[in-house]
Amino acid sequence: MPALSWREYLDEKMLPHLWCPGCGNGIALGALTRALAELQLPRNKVVVVTGIGCWGKADDYLATSALHGTHGRALAFATGVKAARPELTVIVLMGDGDGATIGGNHLIHAARRNIDLTAVVLNNQNYGMTGGQVSATTPVDAVTSTTRYGNPERDFDLCRLVDAAGANYVARGTVYHVPQLDRLIRDGITKKGFSFIEVISPCPTHFGRRNKLGSAVEMMKALKTRAVNVNSPAAKTGELPAGAFLIGKLADRDDPDFTARYAAVQQKAQAKGGFSS
Amino acid sequence: MNIANRSKDKNESTVDRGSKETRRLFLQGNEAIAEGAIAAGARFYAGYPITPSSEIAEACAEKLPAVGGVYIQMEDELGSIAAVIGASLTGVKAFTATSGPGFSLMQENLGVAILGEVPCVVVNVQRSGPSTGLATRPAQADVMQARWGRHGDQHLIVLSPATVQECFDLTVTAFNLAERFRAPVILLADEIVAHMRENVTLPDPAQIKIVNRKKPACPPEEYLPFKPDPDGVPPLADYGSEYIFHVTSSMHGERGYSQNDPANAGAKIKRLFTKLDNHLDEILLVKHHYNPADELDLLIVTFGCTTRPARAAALRTPNLKAGVLQLVTLWPFPDAFIAEAAQKARAVLVPELNLGQVIREVQRVVGKEKPVFGLHKSNGLGFLPAEISARIEEVANQCLR
Ligand SMILES: Cc1ncc(C[n+]2csc(CCOP(=O)(O)OP(=O)(O)O)c2C)c(N)n1
Repeated sequence: MPALSWREYLDEKMLPHLWCPGCGNGIALGALTRALAELQLPRNKVVVVTGIGCWGKADDYLATSALHGTHGRALAFATGVKAARPELTVIVLMGDGDGATIGGNHLIHAARRNIDLTAVVLNNQNYGMTGGQVSATTPVDAVTSTTRYGNPERDFDLCRLVDAAGANYVARGTVYHVPQLDRLIRDGITKKGFSFIEVISPCPTHFGRRNKLGSAVEMMKALKTRAVNVNSPAAKTGELPAGAFLIGKLADRDDPDFTARYAAVQQKAQAKGGFSS
Repeated sequence: MNIANRSKDKNESTVDRGSKETRRLFLQGNEAIAEGAIAAGARFYAGYPITPSSEIAEACAEKLPAVGGVYIQMEDELGSIAAVIGASLTGVKAFTATSGPGFSLMQENLGVAILGEVPCVVVNVQRSGPSTGLATRPAQADVMQARWGRHGDQHLIVLSPATVQECFDLTVTAFNLAERFRAPVILLADEIVAHMRENVTLPDPAQIKIVNRKKPACPPEEYLPFKPDPDGVPPLADYGSEYIFHVTSSMHGERGYSQNDPANAGAKIKRLFTKLDNHLDEILLVKHHYNPADELDLLIVTFGCTTRPARAAALRTPNLKAGVLQLVTLWPFPDAFIAEAAQKARAVLVPELNLGQVIREVQRVVGKEKPVFGLHKSNGLGFLPAEISARIEEVANQCLR
């Protein structure tokens, strides 16, 4: 079989995509297809599960199998796919609102369960699809269409949340640091157990405009200056400048995943003979 | 009670009871539902505990892993039905069980199963509401919610068991209909039926008629997951098979990718109705607890837990011929059976544990030609035969004597 190129994971019939100029979604989608191509995963063995939102539209452009569920529930749909057919590679694409705000409960439980899914949460700090409302990842004081006087609430550090909940793999990347993002997604897919990759991305149309963050290019440059590699000396000191965030692999462990643990349950049940009625 | 050998009038289950493998057990309704699901081929359960349905989860947690299946307790009911849908798309028969509050939480994702045409079974063991209500007393007040509880135009199948045997038989039927029509099916039980214990016959598995979903036969590159066959039902492949396909909660074309064209949307929504309505002969189940050739003074229309007390009351009506027509399929509503039975009766009575749901449908079908009376109760208690007898007396005095 000839090697699959990244383009073969895309459904080019569906292009052009609906994302705004300057949006990072296309870059993240490119990173995902390159990771799939590097792993040479057969397209029929990959199920991409998405939620609702701009990033949740990504399945429309993919030539793998896909399930586009409801807002906040993508991880729960994916849990059913994976628990029923552990041999499939299941990748879950969610916006920050989808994956962490309305869907926050499923996120912590997928991590606790350590089920072998790869969640790619694209964090653009607001609800892109519905007009730029506040999200649980909107920084405090930021202006959105529903926080005209500044956000009174604090934002989540999603990576710390998912790490604490027990995921085997936690990473953060940006759509500026593309080769690293490709690797982070690839490693998340190969990792057994729950993998979580937060992708920091600009939303120039809503968040950038309301917070006067400049053009799409300036927002992209800001990703470069604000991101601190977790392996850099600056990261080791533990003191990050205001507005800075860590990128790279933030947690990497090998606890047994749900599939392994449930196989043990099935063995015990079968040894016992099962039917007791 | 399998769809293939179902007849219009059916007081006997038609499965073979004589085989060596037939088991006679003293079971609770909920346990019989779990047994029925496993007998039907279910190998995946995702749920969240809630009385009076929890015994179904407990039985599945014990039995499914023993037959190579999966039980997973989700973080809530929104996730439970979502996981069921995901599992079903891999080709595994999947189901969940819940009660009132959990059934409310499942509504949005039930819509995904309807639009995405995903076979699955949802058991709702009705309890008294609204809200947490009289936890966990019986009620039959989710009849309309089961049919209309979601936003948007859609249609679905709802079955209602009245005995523990029917809990088993109708669970098998529910899976068969879900697979046949590539659609979710709701088993609308109630606390009384679910917690009652009775002798049940679990037939030899080899004797149980099992329906499996139609799989595509075309080459993988030609597969259109939402292109219907002439019967209105599109074949469904499994995730992970050689067929690659998309399922979406958004309006979609035959290829399963989102599509906003109004003509496509109109045709799709219409097909969600016609794929059921064109096959009512396979879906509608009722039981005449009287000789349907007989002329009646009073036709009593029941479902679920009202059936037994109504039958007892019907036997105790002096100088009056009353007969019980039990609705097994609640939705699509069995109009034709009710119209036919009402033709041969002078009046109709609908006892139900709610303040008036099925009676609206019966009135719609019967029209103004015959008087339709209700007996409604919504206080967390079931009917005693004497209460139904008393209502029969009132009706008789009003228009039958
Ligand atoms: C239950 C429900 N509530 C609300 C919505 C409306 N809605 C659609 S997308 C969305 C937010 C999208 O934001 P996010 O998840 O961050 O993704 P983005 O569009 O920014 O990629 C909302 C609120 C919905 N579809 N379903």
